[in-house]
Amino acid sequence: MTGRRGGRPLVPAYLSTGGVARPSRPHLERLSVLTGTGTPAPAGLPAAQLALLDALDDGSLTVVEAAALLRLPVSAVRVLAAELMDRDLVLARAPIPPAERFDPDLLKRVADGLRALKHT
Amino acid sequence: MAFAPSSTPSDTRARRTAGASEDIHLPATARDLVKILVAGPFGVGKTTLIDSVSEIRPLHTEEPLSEASARVDDLAGVRDKRTTTVAVDFGRISLPGGVVLYLFGTPGQERFRALWDDIAYGALGALVLVDGRRIDASFDVLGLVEETGLPYAVALNAFPDAPRHHTGEQLRAALDLAADTPMVTCDARDADSSFDALLALVQHLIDRHAPEGR
Ligand SMILES: Nc1nc2c(ncn2[C@@H]2O[C@H](COP(=O)(O)OP(=O)(O)OP(=O)(O)O)[C@@H](O)[C@H]2O)c(=O)[nH]1
Ligand SMILES: [Mg+2]
Repeated sequence: MTGRRGGRPLVPAYLSTGGVARPSRPHLERLSVLTGTGTPAPAGLPAAQLALLDALDDGSLTVVEAAALLRLPVSAVRVLAAELMDRDLVLARAPIPPAERFDPDLLKRVADGLRALKHT
Repeated sequence: MAFAPSSTPSDTRARRTAGASEDIHLPATARDLVKILVAGPFGVGKTTLIDSVSEIRPLHTEEPLSEASARVDDLAGVRDKRTTTVAVDFGRISLPGGVVLYLFGTPGQERFRALWDDIAYGALGALVLVDGRRIDASFDVLGLVEETGLPYAVALNAFPDAPRHHTGEQLRAALDLAADTPMVTCDARDADSSFDALLALVQHLIDRHAPEGR
């Protein structure tokens, strides 16, 4: 198994969601992109939500990147992100526009991109 | 947010990301985010392959094994401190043109099934790594990939002490591969070799979508 890369979670997973087990939004994918709206955080925002919001200060992150950064399971970040979305503090967008999911052109762009990188 | 570096960047990555810091925020050019699973049994080279091509030092999440079956609905497993977790690592490659490719190192044992389904959601396909010294260790993961319906290619990792008497055809037969499933040899420690394995998969994905008779 992959070596653990150090450190305890910044927020214990079992406390991180304040007991809320059900996100109020439909599915956030691992690769959904989270972006802060820039709205100032209200006083009294739970610490775990604040930690996620802070992580978005310097730019967008996918759900899975935020989870790695905060050392939380993806499921916990889904809940936190949904709560921040409800407060209009965070926007989420799907990893890829639905129409492009099965677009052959997308696969070509991936192949061309990989070839280009290989030759650098 | 501070990270303790877990390894020094390989030459390859240093070259590809010259001047890049450890900032993992998405590049502003990121538009279409796609993923490929790098799947295989323990110790087969998943992390090594991801590391050799990723622009960020591979990151990982600790996933409770009971989590994904409950999807987003149930954090009970997370609260139970005795819950087993598995580390799922991932890397990222920003391609020209706004496509960002994520690689998820996915353990292939049947008991990771629920987690597997969650990670596989929306994936383009899977690169299944096979260790020539223990082919049968990849049977589980091949079964999972096929059940999930993910298109895949097989990369045979070149471990030096692997038996040499296998021909490609014998290996294909042992793995029970379909005639059109690509199988390549790969050294996961080498970036170009890893890129070639990924390209074999992506070309296979393109060919599958090509209209009949072309
Ligand atoms: N010779 C050779 N060694 C390899 C190759 N790929 C990986 N290795 C070595 O095999 C060992 C295991 O590789 P990892 O990348 O950690 O394997 P993994 O699949 O991530 O393993 P788990 O995370 O434990 O499931 C490391 O010591 C690698 O250096 C390869 O293609 N050729
Ligand atoms: Mg690993």
